[in-house]
Amino acid sequence: MTVVETEAVPTELRPEIAGRNPWALAGRRLRRNRIALAALGLLLLIIVMCAAAPLYAHYVAHVNPFLPNLNGHTVVNGKVVPVMEQGGGALKLGETPIGPTWDPHHYFLGADGLGRDVAALLLYGGRSSLLVGIGSAVICCVVATVIALIAGFFGGITDSILSRVMDIIWAFPVYLLAISLATELLTHSNGFQVGPLHVSASSLWVPTLLIAFIFLPYVYRPIRGQVLSVINREFVEAAIAEGAGNLRLIFSEILPNVVSTVIVLLPLMIATTILTESALSFLSLGVQPPNVSWGSIISDGQDLLYTRPWVSMAPGIMIVLTVLAMNVLGDGVRDALDPRAKLRVEG
Amino acid sequence: MVTFIVRRSLWAALVIFVITVLVFLLFFKTPGVDPARAIAGRNSNPQILAEIRAQFGLNKPLWVQYGLMMKSLFISRNLVSYSNQGVLVVPEIAQAAPATLSLVFGAALIWVVMAIVMGLAAALLRGTVYDPLLMILALIGVSTPVFWLGQVANLISQSALHNTFLFSWVPPLGYTPLQQNPAKWFAGLVIPWICLSILYIGFYARVLRGNLLEIQSEDYVRTARAKGLTERRVWTRHTLRNSMITFVSLFGLDFGALVAGGALLTEVVFGIHGVGYLTYQAATQLDLPTIMATVVYGAIFIVLANTLVDIGYAWLDPRVRMG
Repeated sequence: MTVVETEAVPTELRPEIAGRNPWALAGRRLRRNRIALAALGLLLLIIVMCAAAPLYAHYVAHVNPFLPNLNGHTVVNGKVVPVMEQGGGALKLGETPIGPTWDPHHYFLGADGLGRDVAALLLYGGRSSLLVGIGSAVICCVVATVIALIAGFFGGITDSILSRVMDIIWAFPVYLLAISLATELLTHSNGFQVGPLHVSASSLWVPTLLIAFIFLPYVYRPIRGQVLSVINREFVEAAIAEGAGNLRLIFSEILPNVVSTVIVLLPLMIATTILTESALSFLSLGVQPPNVSWGSIISDGQDLLYTRPWVSMAPGIMIVLTVLAMNVLGDGVRDALDPRAKLRVEG
Repeated sequence: MVTFIVRRSLWAALVIFVITVLVFLLFFKTPGVDPARAIAGRNSNPQILAEIRAQFGLNKPLWVQYGLMMKSLFISRNLVSYSNQGVLVVPEIAQAAPATLSLVFGAALIWVVMAIVMGLAAALLRGTVYDPLLMILALIGVSTPVFWLGQVANLISQSALHNTFLFSWVPPLGYTPLQQNPAKWFAGLVIPWICLSILYIGFYARVLRGNLLEIQSEDYVRTARAKGLTERRVWTRHTLRNSMITFVSLFGLDFGALVAGGALLTEVVFGIHGVGYLTYQAATQLDLPTIMATVVYGAIFIVLANTLVDIGYAWLDPRVRMG
C-alpha cells in the first residue's frame, strides 16, 4: 500500500538510463488503477473519521458514549425529550431508545439499549475494529513471514517441525479455534501476566493476538512456498559464493523477493481479520466492554432490531464498506505487484 | 494409491490425537486457572467442584486426566454441562445435528449452482461490462458479515415487509424438524439458506472465473479448438471440467467446516438450534464441557473431511499421490 508508493526511484541514477525499480513500476500501476485509488480514499476517510471519534463525541455530540444514559434527556427540534422513550405498541410496555434524528448534535443515529449515542459509539467502535483488524493482520503477516523464512531457509527437520505445527493450527476449524481460545482467555477475568507486562482481560491485545494466531498458517503456506522457489536461484548461489552469512542471505537476498507476496496478502488479510473480529465480537467473545467494536454494537442491536434497526444497520454498513474497500485495494495491489497474474487472467 | 491412503490416514490420526491433547491442555492446564472452577462455570459450589475433581481425576497424573477426559467424551459420553443443570453434552450435540445439516445442505446446493452460473457467466462475458459488474457483486458478497446480512433479512422479512405479499409466507424465526412439517421446514430455511450461501457464492464465483480464464490459455484448450470442437464443447468438456478440480476440493473443506459448527453465526441470527448455536450458547455461558465437546467433535469431523478430500483429489490427479 503506502510502502509501495514511498519506495522511490534511486535518484543517483541518471534519468535517461535509469531502469525503473519494480516498486516504482508497481506504484505507477496502482496509481493508474482508479477503482483501487477510490477504495484507498474511502479507507483513509473511514480511518480519519474513526480516529476523530473523541473529537466528535466531545465537541459535536457533547456526550460520553461509554456512560449509560437511561434517565437522561436530550433536545430535539427545540423540544426536550427523554433518551429512553416509553415503549410504543398497544401495551406501552418497556422502553425504547430514542431513534435517529437529523441533528448531528443530538443522537444522530439514535441511542442504543443503554441510552448511549450510537453515532459516537460507531466511531469509537470503528477504532477498535480497525486497530484489532489491522493490528492482527500485520502481526500475523510479520510472524508468519519470519517462521516461513526460517522454515524455508534451514529446511530439513526445522522445516518439517514448523510446517507440521502450522498444519495442526490449520486443521482446527477457524471459528471453533477462535471460540475455544477466546472462551479460555475470558475465564481469566483478572487478566494475564506476560513477563513484566500485565494485560487486562478486556484489553484489545487479547482479540488482536488471538486472531493473528489463528490465521498464521494461511499466510505461512504461500510465503514458505515463495521462499522455497527463491532459495535455489542463481543470485542466492552467487551470494553464497561471495561468502554471505545466513543473516545476509535471509534478509538481503531472500526477504526482498518474498516481500511482494506479503504485501499482496496484507490487505486481503486485513479484510479477513476485520470480518473475524466483528464475528467474534458479535458472539461477545471478541472486543470486551468497556471497549466497543462494530461487531459488539451489532450484537447489542440484535434486541432492538425491529424497533431501532439503525443500531445494528449502521455498524454493518461500516463493516461492509471497510472490508469491500480493503478487498478492492487488495486486488489492485495484487495486479500492480504481479502484472503477469493479471495478464494471464485478464488477457 | 494404497500407500497414499495409509499415509494420509496415519497423518489424520496423528492430527486428531494432537488436537485432543491441545484441547485438553488448553482447558485443563493453563496456568493460573483452577480447571474445576472453570468447568463448573458460574454456579460453582464445593460439592460440584468435588464432583468435577473426581470425574476428571484432577489429583491424578496428567496422562490419567487426559485418558479420563477422552473416556467421558467418546466412550461413556457422560460429560455433563454444569452451567446447564446437568445436561449430557454429547447426546445434545447429536440432537442438534439435523438442524445444522439441513441448513448447510440447502445452502451448499444454492451456492454451488449460483457460483457456477456466476463464474461461468463472468468468464464468458469477459470484455463486456457484465464481467466487472458480476465480480463487484461477488466481492460485495465476500465482504458482508453473514450475521449482519441475516439481521437485514430478518428486518425485511419479519418486520418491514412482513405484511406484504412478498414475505407474508415467512414463518417466525426458528427451526422446524423436517419429519414434523416439511413445508414449514422449507419455508423457515429459505432465507437462512440464501444468507449463508451468499459469501460462498461470491468466493467461489471469483475463484472459478480466475480458474476458467487461466485454463482457457492452456495448450490443450488450443488443441481442442484446433481440432474443430464447438466453442460450447470446449467450455464444458475442457475448461469447466478442469476448473472443477479446485472447486470440488475447496467445496469439501468449506462444507466440512460448516457442518462442524462453522455455520454458527447464521444459526445464531436465525435462531436455528443446531451445533453452532449450541457452541454459541456454551461460549456465552463459559460452559467449558460443551465447548470442549463441540470443538473436539467438530475438529475430528473436519480432519476426516479433509482426509477424504485429499484422497479424492489424489484419486483424480495422480501427481498428488507421488508428492
